Amino acid sequence: MSSTNRVRARRARWRTATLVAFVGAFMMLGTPAMADEVGEDEPFKISGNVKLDGEPLENIRLTVTGNGVDEEVETDAEGQWRVGVPERATYTVTLDEETLPEGIAVVDETGEDTTPNEKEVEIGPGGRVTMNFFIGEGERNVTSFADQLISRTITGINFGLMLGLAAVGISLVFGTTGLSNFAHAEMVTFGAVIALLLGVTMSIPMWAAIPLTIIVSAGFGWLLDAGLWKPLRTRGLGVVQLMIVSIGLSLALRYVFQYFIGGGTLQLPGAATAKFTLFGAVQLSWIDIASMGVSIAVIIGFAVWLLFSKIGKATRAVSDNASLAAASGIDVDRVVRIVWIVAAAMAGLSGILYAYYRPGIKWDMGAQILLLVFAAVTLGGLGTAFGALIGAIIVGVMVEISGLWIPSDLKYVGALGILILVLLFRPQGILGRKERIG
Amino acid sequence: MDWLTIFGNTASSLIGPATLGYALAAIGLAVHFGFAGLLNMGIAAYMAIGAYGYAISILTFGLPWWVGVIIAMIASVVFSLILGIPTLRLRGDYLAIVTIAAAEIVRLLFLSTTFDEYTGSADGLSGYHNSFRESNPLPEGTYGFGPWEYTHNAWWVRIIGILLVALAVLIVWAIMRSPWGRVLRGIREDEDAVRALGKNVFSYKMQALILGGIFGSLGGIVYALPSSVNPGVYVTSLTFFVWTALLLGGAATIFGPVLGAIIYWVVQTLLSNILPALVTAGVLPFMSTSQAQTLRFILVGVALMLLVIFRPQGILGNKKELTFVK
Repeated sequence: MSSTNRVRARRARWRTATLVAFVGAFMMLGTPAMADEVGEDEPFKISGNVKLDGEPLENIRLTVTGNGVDEEVETDAEGQWRVGVPERATYTVTLDEETLPEGIAVVDETGEDTTPNEKEVEIGPGGRVTMNFFIGEGERNVTSFADQLISRTITGINFGLMLGLAAVGISLVFGTTGLSNFAHAEMVTFGAVIALLLGVTMSIPMWAAIPLTIIVSAGFGWLLDAGLWKPLRTRGLGVVQLMIVSIGLSLALRYVFQYFIGGGTLQLPGAATAKFTLFGAVQLSWIDIASMGVSIAVIIGFAVWLLFSKIGKATRAVSDNASLAAASGIDVDRVVRIVWIVAAAMAGLSGILYAYYRPGIKWDMGAQILLLVFAAVTLGGLGTAFGALIGAIIVGVMVEISGLWIPSDLKYVGALGILILVLLFRPQGILGRKERIG
Repeated sequence: MDWLTIFGNTASSLIGPATLGYALAAIGLAVHFGFAGLLNMGIAAYMAIGAYGYAISILTFGLPWWVGVIIAMIASVVFSLILGIPTLRLRGDYLAIVTIAAAEIVRLLFLSTTFDEYTGSADGLSGYHNSFRESNPLPEGTYGFGPWEYTHNAWWVRIIGILLVALAVLIVWAIMRSPWGRVLRGIREDEDAVRALGKNVFSYKMQALILGGIFGSLGGIVYALPSSVNPGVYVTSLTFFVWTALLLGGAATIFGPVLGAIIYWVVQTLLSNILPALVTAGVLPFMSTSQAQTLRFILVGVALMLLVIFRPQGILGNKKELTFVK
């Protein structure tokens, strides 16, 4: 890729970042780098020219999306652009008309297309495809600010609900055991990987594969507590030690996933479902709607369980004060075991939904959202389940909406910045109590 | 299997720039965590600030390399102040989450295309070696013997790296046996007791954060010195790897971080050479070479867990001076 024709590889690049790090490190040692370990440079290319009456236009922004790719590119001085994509598939190229000169727009040649600045392309047999837009004077196809705001809010709520499923679990575990569980990210990835194993490798239909995945995830939570955390609690490890053990577990599990599914992105069946216009500029697919419905249903079910069931009450009692709960006859170890199972099941579900939201399954997908989940939990108040939920929705919506003003490759920065600000001004979070600050 | 190459590469990694960079970063982390008890999970950010501070000073502002080093150190001090003022009053695990978030913010800012002109975004920075190499006193040629045979430029990188590690060890040794170091250890053991003695705990913690941060940024410079600055390096995994190296050697010891970094890289290099060779030789038939490479990092995670559970004081550490506060 020439230096002038700079491709803005955002999310895709981030995902391969760790791998690049290792390879980079070993190149320094003079050891040959393993070529199959890097994504190399993406094998397929989409490219094009943006010209107005034969004159090249510079700094026109285009985005290439679809099949797990979301990349932004600007044209160079020759009006050329090029994006590398990982797979031979169909992608959507969108030209941002805001970046065109005054009074200029993408012209619709056929007279039937209402969004001429958006084109579907399929990678050709040579591994590359060219996409040119017809540009001239005309009406722009721009989404109004209000429409964008509504559309992004809805996407953000979807994202937030998904984060919430993971955040509630992390918060419950923290509340009952004092552990800041970094390996929760891998419990999210675990759900996606098991769904892949059941739904794709074993070809079980998704309606059966998803509940099965949740059961397997719950079993994984049981296993983690019975095999690791319970013995460590008995051993009397401090919370900081436990936290570093969870970091080690997170690293180990992450690479176990990479060991089995490789470094690429894999899709669940139905991930490429077409979007339709719900109202205004809001475009959703059935998967998005189902995802939101499932999240809301599970969260309501969880809330009822936590508020009214005997175990739920016991859980809250342990969160408040474990010794007092034990003294009043609650079996703390049993409650903690159940908390791990519930947290893992919800994390697994969150992983499946995240696999559809991104879309795609990747070995480090959980680690990518771990800090957002921590931000959500901190914002709501560590150790409070409902606080975590509120925090997650705020973080999800904020991440999406902030994209309206700040470059999209910095949208997570806003959420992480909020995390730090919350700790500065209200360390106990929205619903938390003061005792957590040192 | 080519055992000679395998052991040659492994022996070479003893004084590799990556080892020296990790050693410096781990020394910084030892000051933060081992002596002051600060759970800094953002050492990758210090390394990034060091590497970018150095490279940007040279590439954008055309400064000589040693000015670049000074600017990188100043940048790390500024980062310590920004990070420390709001966060140093937080309890252990909160501090860990905030520092890891701050490290991600730093990395995303370097990675963003918004500052592409200075940071090179996803491509990173390279080609800043002229000034450093011109200052090389060694005449052109190859020196050394056996696996440690390098060009004059490669030696220059290693010499600077070894000098910096030695200097850092000396400073930490001297400062930790001073009254200042005793107060710092006191803060680690019982913050309130030290406060009751009339010491300004916040100020001591801040000084420790700044000092360790400087070592961290120097580690980032040495790591990036021979090749390029790649934003993909400064991910949270880097922080965890440096932590593994630190805990391996012993967090509250003078030589622990250096020993840990050496063992970490020697084992990593050995495995990265030996595992694919075993796969190619058909000894591990159920594995591909890329899976063999992944296996190394699974082992790092497992090693980190086992270390913290069974030997939290590290190889050189003293069980009485356990830095993990319950």
